[in-house]
Amino acid sequence: MKSRPYIPWLPFYTLLQKEVRRFWRVASQTLLTPIITASLYLFVFGATLGERISVLPGFSYAQFVIPGLILMGVINNSFANTSSSLFMSRYLGNIVDLLVTPISPAQFILAYTLAAMLRGLAVGLATWLISIFFAALPWVHPWAALAMAAIASLLFAQFGLIAAMFAHNFDSLSMYANFIILPLIYLGGVFYPISILPAHWATLSHLNPLFYLIDGFRHAILGVGDLSLGTAFATSTLMAVGLFAWAALLIGRGYRLRS
Amino acid sequence: MTAAALDIQALHKAFGNFTAVRGVSLAIAPGEIFGLLGPNGAGKSTTINMVAGVTRIDSGRISVFGHDNRAEYRLTRRLIGVMHQEIVIDNFFTIDQALRFHSGYYGVPDDPDWRRELIDRLGLGPHLHKTMIKLSGGLKRRFMVAKALIHRPPLLILDEPTAGVDVELRHSLWDFVREINNAGTTILLTTHYLEEAEQMCGRIAIMNHGEVIALDRTEALLARLGSREIRVQLEQPLAAMPPVLARFGGRLSEGGLRLDIPLQDGKRAGELLADLCRCGVAVADIETRRAGLEEVFLKLTGLDNAREEP
Repeated sequence: MKSRPYIPWLPFYTLLQKEVRRFWRVASQTLLTPIITASLYLFVFGATLGERISVLPGFSYAQFVIPGLILMGVINNSFANTSSSLFMSRYLGNIVDLLVTPISPAQFILAYTLAAMLRGLAVGLATWLISIFFAALPWVHPWAALAMAAIASLLFAQFGLIAAMFAHNFDSLSMYANFIILPLIYLGGVFYPISILPAHWATLSHLNPLFYLIDGFRHAILGVGDLSLGTAFATSTLMAVGLFAWAALLIGRGYRLRS
Repeated sequence: MTAAALDIQALHKAFGNFTAVRGVSLAIAPGEIFGLLGPNGAGKSTTINMVAGVTRIDSGRISVFGHDNRAEYRLTRRLIGVMHQEIVIDNFFTIDQALRFHSGYYGVPDDPDWRRELIDRLGLGPHLHKTMIKLSGGLKRRFMVAKALIHRPPLLILDEPTAGVDVELRHSLWDFVREINNAGTTILLTTHYLEEAEQMCGRIAIMNHGEVIALDRTEALLARLGSREIRVQLEQPLAAMPPVLARFGGRLSEGGLRLDIPLQDGKRAGELLADLCRCGVAVADIETRRAGLEEVFLKLTGLDNAREEP
């Protein structure tokens, strides 16, 4: 049989395309549901309760909470995309379709990660667009905000890959979302500034990686935060790189992918 | 010298305390149809998975057309198409989408003519836009064959391709496999249908307990290990084996109406027929039977099992 020419980047591009189509095919579940959830949060905190709460001088509660809600959407959906896709492939066995191909570990990670980032950032963008009806944001450092969102998305896409490799079943996979990500989000400063907490809780919050991401993102948008933008940016980047390296190591070794 | 399509040297694989493959060595020449047979758990699929890169190699070496499948995995995986024993599909996509994706995973741009040919030859046309979950078991298997061939690999590995497939499709599938083999594709095949292996494969390796216990040309295996037999249908029942025929070691059955006599140790059919006439036995019908691969297989794997018994 006559072979066709080999294109080295095509395996990566194809896997990326497949991953994007995968979430797009079930967009009502992967995009619409998180957008509706974010809208409900915006309605509750922006239009009802928000008018009675003030946590940051000079800003409405809606303005305070919107950056956190945007990032929450980015984080949840980036994690959900890689974790569900890779775990389902492992669970159904169709991961072998990739393992027998010339896709390199780097291409594998990048394709899964970029698709997850695309979904996470799309949900974040939609949340912001809906939030315009509730409050206007000043966008003090728009590029820094975009960078923080991208870092958060990258970080949780890696966490999703790692969780998908470690999970034994759907229960254990959902534990990562329900018992790790959810508490970290709620305790990471989405709904309140860490500075209003008692000193020991505020100190403890510094151990929460989500605090750096949320505070940095909010700082970039509102121009004020508990941390300096540089600290938030550096810490978040470091965490993302660390998790990326861990995921790369596991995938390179074929951890729980190859027998 | 032309490199072997597949060269496996001293391959070992253990899962915990269980050794699945122990010291397997075999080489397949370009253009061969090679059969890898053995009972369930013999180590066939583990060997294939190591060739394909799904299972890690503990020790030993695999080269594909002269290239090491670990050091040059990105090249060797392009040279191999694998149809796995287990049905593995992605329920999100249609047959058409999945075939395009598979071509891309191998770094090969979509070739609509080849894709269409595979679809037509494997009877997938009417189901092209169905998602995998809506396909029958047979259709899923056909799709898996198409998937294994979409990047035009020079080495095709078929692990139980006809399991659960109806007779008609089985025949058309084998015709197709012969055709692509004639066009130059090397085939490594495992099957439980030994008749198929006998008809398809030029050479056969039989595995048991993770080892290759026989490897030869199919005819040589049959000649060496198979037996021939003459079955005589009698007009009148015999009460007992005539003494003159007893030396052949035959057996009477069907109430003395059937006589099965093995032809072995240089005994000839002519001698047997002459003795039958001498006894005055009235013969209704004569049939010569040659033992198939199934008997060879059972003999070998049975011998092997017996060897391990204390």
